[in-house]
Amino acid sequence: MNGMLKGTGSIRWRLITQLLSGAAILTIILILIVRSFSQQLAEQSQDNILNASLTAILDASSIQQGELTVDIPYSAFSMLSNLSNDRVFYRIDQDGAFLTGYADLPKPKLRATTDTPAFMTSTYQDIEIRMVTATRLLALEGRPIELQASIAQSRNGQAKTLAEISNMVMLFGSGFFVISAIIALLAAQSTVGPLKRLAASVSRRGPHDLRPVTASVPEEMAPLVQSLNQFIQRLDTSLTRSEDFIAEAAHRVRTPLATVRAQAEITLRRVDKDENRATLKEMIRAIDDSSRAAGQLLDHAMVTFRTDHLERSKIDLGALARETVDRLQAVAALKDIVFSYAEIDPTQIFGDAILIQNALQNLLDNAIKYSPMESDISVELTVETPWVTLSICDQGLGFPKTGAESLTERFARGNNVAGIVGSGLGLTIVDEVIQAHGGNLIISNNPNGVGACVSISLPLS
Amino acid sequence: MRFLLVEDNIQLAKAICSHLLLDGHVVDHADRLSTTADFLATTAYDMILLDIMLPDGDGREFLNRYRASAGEIPVIVLTARSEVSDRVGVLDLGADDYITKPFDFSELEARCRAVLRRHSGGATNIKSFGEVEFDGLSGTITHHRTTTNLRNKELRLLEIFFNVPGQICSKSKLVDRLFSYDEDVSENAIEVYVARLRKHLEGSNVQIITVRGLGYRLSLV
Repeated sequence: MNGMLKGTGSIRWRLITQLLSGAAILTIILILIVRSFSQQLAEQSQDNILNASLTAILDASSIQQGELTVDIPYSAFSMLSNLSNDRVFYRIDQDGAFLTGYADLPKPKLRATTDTPAFMTSTYQDIEIRMVTATRLLALEGRPIELQASIAQSRNGQAKTLAEISNMVMLFGSGFFVISAIIALLAAQSTVGPLKRLAASVSRRGPHDLRPVTASVPEEMAPLVQSLNQFIQRLDTSLTRSEDFIAEAAHRVRTPLATVRAQAEITLRRVDKDENRATLKEMIRAIDDSSRAAGQLLDHAMVTFRTDHLERSKIDLGALARETVDRLQAVAALKDIVFSYAEIDPTQIFGDAILIQNALQNLLDNAIKYSPMESDISVELTVETPWVTLSICDQGLGFPKTGAESLTERFARGNNVAGIVGSGLGLTIVDEVIQAHGGNLIISNNPNGVGACVSISLPLS
Repeated sequence: MRFLLVEDNIQLAKAICSHLLLDGHVVDHADRLSTTADFLATTAYDMILLDIMLPDGDGREFLNRYRASAGEIPVIVLTARSEVSDRVGVLDLGADDYITKPFDFSELEARCRAVLRRHSGGATNIKSFGEVEFDGLSGTITHHRTTTNLRNKELRLLEIFFNVPGQICSKSKLVDRLFSYDEDVSENAIEVYVARLRKHLEGSNVQIITVRGLGYRLSLV
C-alpha cells in the first residue's frame, strides 16, 4: 500500500536545504560586508598616510631668499614605506607649471584647495596608484604663488592586506557555514524525530491492534494524531460491525438450515414410502450443499482479508496438523476412515496459525469427503531444509487425469466428483493461504496406488 | 443419556429434542441462560449442548463462568460460525468439542461418544441383550468372556438394534442412519455390516434375523 502514496519530498531534506541555503546566503553577505569594510578601512588608512605625507611635504616648503624651496623631508617618504615595496611618486607644480618630481603623473580630476585635498585612484606606469593632491598659497615678494603637490603610492600593500583579510573571512565564513550545517542537521533531526516515532509506533502495530495512538507528539502534530485516532476508531467500529454482521448473518442462515435439516432427518426416520424418502434425502443434500458453500464463502472472505495482513507467529506445523487431525477423527470415524500419522519432531514455521489451520482443515475435509469407507488417510511430514512438506494421501478417486492444475481456481471442481457435495472453494482457500506464506501446493495422484496426494511445502522458520 | 440443550431457536430445539428422544435419550431444553442455571442446579446431566447466541447473554461467557465454578459436565458447543478462530476460541473457554450448524446427527452422536469416552476415563455404558453385553461408549461387545472391538459403522448398527430389540428395522432406514446423505449407496451395502455383526455374535444366543422383504431384527435364539 505504501507504493500508492505519492511522496512530495522529505520534510527533513526540505528543512535541511532551507536552513543550509539560509546559512549560505548569510555567509556570503557576511564575507562581502567584511571585505568591503576592510577595503574601505585600508583605503582610508592609505589616504591618511598619503595626506600626512603630503602635509609634511607642503609644510616643508618655504620661501627662502626670495625663492621657493621644497625640501622633501625624509619622514614624508619613510611613513609611506612598508613591507610590500610600494612605489611612491610625487610631483610638485608651481602656479600650474611643473616644478619637480614625475612630470607625467596624472593630474587630479578634482580641483584641490588648501583646505580639502583631492584624492583619486588612477593608473600610472601600468600600476594602480592612489594619489592625493593639495595646494598651498605662499607669498613671494608680496605676490601669491600657488604650490600644488601630489603624492601617489602604488596599492600592492593594500591588495596584499585585503587578500589576507579575504582569506581570513573565507575561512571564518566556511567555519560558520559548517557549524550552521551541523545545527541544521540536528534541527531537522529533532523536528522529524517525533514524526518518525509516530510512524514507527503506528507501523509496528499488528493488523488488529486498533487502540488509539497515545505516543506524545509536538503540539503541531496533535491535530494529525487526533484525526488518526478518530479514523482508527471508525475503522474499529466498522470492522466490529462487519464481523458482527457476518456472525449474525451466519447465525440467521445456519440456524433455520439446521432446523430444516434436523426436521428432515426426523421425518426420514418416520416415513416409509420410497419416493418421499428420496425427496427428503435430496433436501438434506441441498441443505448441506448450501451451508457448506456459505461456510466456505465466509472462510474465503476471511482468508482473503487475512492474507493481506498475516498475523505471523512461530507455530509447530506438526502439532497443528495433529490437532486438526484429532478434531476430524469423529467425522472420519463415521466412514470408518483411519488417519495414519507418523510422529515427528516439532517443526517450526513462521506463519498465521488460523490460516494454516484453515488450510489443513480444508485438505483433510476433502480427503475424508473423497475417501471410500474403511480406508486410510496418511498424513506425513517431511523436512528438507529449508522446506517442510506436509503430505495428505487418501485412497479415493484421485484427481482427474486432465485439468487437475485448474482445481485451485475458484469454484472449479474435478470432472469425476459428481454426486459429492462441494463448493469448489476448498483448494482455492488452501492455495491462497500457502502462497501468502511463500509456499507451494502440489496436487498429484498417489504414485504407489490409488487415491490423491496433496502436499503443501512451507519454508522453515 | 441425559442431555441439556441450551438453544433459543424453538423450532431447532424441538427438532433436536425429538431426534435425541427417537434415539432413546432424555433431553431437557433451556431457551436462555437463566433457565440453564436452574436446570443444572436440579438435575445431573451427561452432556450439555450449548448454543452461543442467546437472548440473555453469550454462551461463551456462560461456559467460562461454568468452568470457573468447577462445573464438570461435558459441553459441546453448537455454533453457527464457521471460522476456525471462533471454534478454537470455544475450546479454549472449556468446551469439549463444537459442531457447526447445520449438523448431521450421526456426527453429533459421534462427537458425543468421543467426548464421553474421554471424560469417563474407562467408565462404561453397557446394554445387555441375552448373553451379549454391548458397550456403546468404548465400542465393544462381550459374550462368553471374549470382547470384540467394533468398527464405527458396526457399532452404530448394533446400537440401533440394541435400542429396539425384537423390532424390525428396514434396510432402507438402516442405510439412511449409517451412511451420510452425500453418498450414493445401495441397500445391499448394509448386508456387509450385518454379516460382520453376525460373525461377532457367533456362539452367543443373540442373532440378527433377516425378515424377508422387510429388513432385520435382533432376537434371541
